[in-house]
Amino acid sequence: MSEVTLTINDEKVKAKEGMTILEAAQSVGIDIPTLCHHEKLAPYGACRLCTVEIVRGKRSRLVASCVYTVEDALIVKTESEPVIKIRKMLLELMWARAPGVQVIRDYGIKYGIDRTKFDVEPNFCILCGLCVRYCAEVKKKNAIGFIGRGTEREVMFFPEIANEECPKCGECYSICPTGVLPSNYALARVPHFTWTLTPFWQNLSPRKNIATESNPSTGRNRVKDT
Amino acid sequence: MPRLNSATDLERLRQEILAHRDPNKPCVTICSGTACHAYACEEVAEAFVKEIERNGLQKEVDVRRTGCHGFCERGPLVVIFPEEICYLRVKPEDVPEIASTTLIEKKLVDRLLYVDDSGQRIVREGDIPFYKHQSRLVFGNNRLVDPKRIDDYIALGGYNALAKALFEMTPEQVLDEVKRANLRGRGGGGFPAGIKWETTRNAPGEPKYVIVNADEGDPGVYQDRSMLEGNPHSVLEGLTIGAYAIGSHQGFVYVRQEYPLAVENLNVALEQAREYGFLGANILGSGFDFDVKVHRGAGAFVSGESSALMTAIEGRVGEPRPKYIRTAVSGIWGKPSNLNNVKTWATVPLIINRGAEWFTSIGTEGSKGTMIFSLVGKVNNTGLVEVPMGMTLRELIFDIGGGIPHGKRFKGVQTGGPSGGIIPEKFLDLPIDFNELTKVGSMMGSGGMIVMDETNCMVDTARYFLNFLAGESCGKCLPCREGIYQMLKILNRICAGKGRRGDIELLGEISEVVRDASLCALGQTVPNPVLSTIKYFRDEYEAHIEEKRCPAGVCKALITYYIEQEKCQACMICLRECPVGAITGGKNLIHIIDQDKCTKCGACLEVCPPRFGAVTKLSGMKLPEPVRQGTEVIRNRGGRNE
Repeated sequence: MSEVTLTINDEKVKAKEGMTILEAAQSVGIDIPTLCHHEKLAPYGACRLCTVEIVRGKRSRLVASCVYTVEDALIVKTESEPVIKIRKMLLELMWARAPGVQVIRDYGIKYGIDRTKFDVEPNFCILCGLCVRYCAEVKKKNAIGFIGRGTEREVMFFPEIANEECPKCGECYSICPTGVLPSNYALARVPHFTWTLTPFWQNLSPRKNIATESNPSTGRNRVKDT
Repeated sequence: MPRLNSATDLERLRQEILAHRDPNKPCVTICSGTACHAYACEEVAEAFVKEIERNGLQKEVDVRRTGCHGFCERGPLVVIFPEEICYLRVKPEDVPEIASTTLIEKKLVDRLLYVDDSGQRIVREGDIPFYKHQSRLVFGNNRLVDPKRIDDYIALGGYNALAKALFEMTPEQVLDEVKRANLRGRGGGGFPAGIKWETTRNAPGEPKYVIVNADEGDPGVYQDRSMLEGNPHSVLEGLTIGAYAIGSHQGFVYVRQEYPLAVENLNVALEQAREYGFLGANILGSGFDFDVKVHRGAGAFVSGESSALMTAIEGRVGEPRPKYIRTAVSGIWGKPSNLNNVKTWATVPLIINRGAEWFTSIGTEGSKGTMIFSLVGKVNNTGLVEVPMGMTLRELIFDIGGGIPHGKRFKGVQTGGPSGGIIPEKFLDLPIDFNELTKVGSMMGSGGMIVMDETNCMVDTARYFLNFLAGESCGKCLPCREGIYQMLKILNRICAGKGRRGDIELLGEISEVVRDASLCALGQTVPNPVLSTIKYFRDEYEAHIEEKRCPAGVCKALITYYIEQEKCQACMICLRECPVGAITGGKNLIHIIDQDKCTKCGACLEVCPPRFGAVTKLSGMKLPEPVRQGTEVIRNRGGRNE
């Protein structure tokens, strides 16, 4: 495999073709924050905390360094102004979601975030998807997965598979950056796995559809029931 | 029907079909698009069949159920050929009269004709202003073919372009023609189709796939649906030509499960195309093999994004993946996959038939050809319209759309679906063009066009679209998921009258990050409705936050219904109509709304006779003093009391 040379924060870095920017940076000890990256798992590109600025010629772009592969003569800035701005906002958004999670707090310290201007609705899961992907990619069991879409996305153990597989594995516990996965699993298995069971964090912070009824096509607010 | 094995076979078949068709024979066509189905067009069609039988006219008159004609506002539409007599809003009860008057006596049924502003009746479909200003190149055949009969399509020259491509052109020539035509993707991005085709063609890896994106999920948009329902063969022909140019032998149509008629007609079309030899092995005896699979989507808006769509075809959850390597290079199962919108594919046969020069003669510098729009919202003529690029928004909304109903004032038009922006009145003379729309903070998108008038609150509109996207984002990436959640919360509180100073700036701040950091095009365009409304209608946001006033009178928390004491005639109408019994009063007693009970449904305002006009909607002002005890009796006041 051929080698390419790129510049990361004014430092010339040699990297193998096919490597991601994040891997190339890590290889020379440059730290790029990330929540969803794990060396055992395929690049996912979901947390966007690893966003960096790349410059080629006169054009600069913001890309997720965990999925963008290195190119020869590429200039990468991992801590430029637009990058910091994005990370600060993302951390504030996460602070509102999971203020108690250590990894959020650690990055918060690094970027000067110790509070959020948003209303805090504590939840323990940061939806990095490490457990889900570890179970699917490494263990190939799919005992845990995402349910819901958009702002209502959640992680959940699938009872039929989890009942079989999880007692003998439990490897996702240690991969979870929040550390609450084991208790969630323990709670999920108590009443013999029923589909109606909800994870305990859901009870703590219900994220229901927060919109109200309205119809812009008629421009009127109508009462459905009398 | 034996398979066709050459271009000559196809031409012979066409001549045979035409020989059996008398162009002067009356033919009743009934629009059978989804909108007309809702208006009971099927009953109308059945009534015609019955009535024609009853009059013994089976041999003299044909009946044809066609695809959507576009003028959905006035459906069900009935057009009688060869004169093209167009009847609107036809009910089954009208059919005997049409049969006896028009089909037998050759006279017109005046009351079903279109009446223009000057009171003039218009007979021909093409003369109706709604149609007159359009150029229906792609969509026009919809009204001429029965989507379930391939012969109708062939009679109009269908599959001619395919034969031409296969027998007279090399794949390179086809590709070159499409490139020179500068056909830009009609699904949203506006990426040049020819360049995408070339990328897939040159990408290493076999097999290569071609895909029709029919995962149209925007609120108020239905032209892809109508194309697939009304003229599925045109899409299949374009797809096959594209496959030939790219070197693909397997195609997919990703169509929403919620479009049952489209799925049905598409499957019928596929079967007929295979039977005739337009699909399958050795197409038309050319040696080229190609077939198509239909993949029904499970109804996620985000699956319209190319990488999410391809993931869904692979059988997994439709979530986008990073596209630093394009799907044209690495798509379905990591193979080169070329995805285009329904309208893009349907345009291809036209380009092959008439040439790139002809195509580039239509439209603007940067956007060639025509575009189909769903013209909906506060506009008189709701429907599907096809216009050349470069037409101004004003022409589209006022000449074709017939302006705003009830003499209301135009406020803005949302183009490009939920993640498009809202374009204000000052840009009405903007030419419709991919680049121009992007410049003012909106986009062409898939061709949605929602017209809004002065009674639409722009904050509420932004909130509505964000709410849609909150449920339709996949939730994979942080900025999109958490950003939408917080933006929606802020918009909700502004609409509820709890907006805080700084909220507008905060919305802008989140928007920027969501736009720059999100994974896919959905997230990157989410802020458009918010940013464009803040940019053009900032005063409305400020009125909500500072004055707790909703200028359009939409946001429930900020409006109050009030009965003016001097105007109330104690007619009891609103009192009876109020669904929650919030209005007190009685005969000869002024009616009063109990604000604690009122749910702000607006029924009282709607039913109060215009000559009284006693009910008003107040926003941002103090409620006048309630009527004093003892003075609520009405004496000697206009109307019947006098």
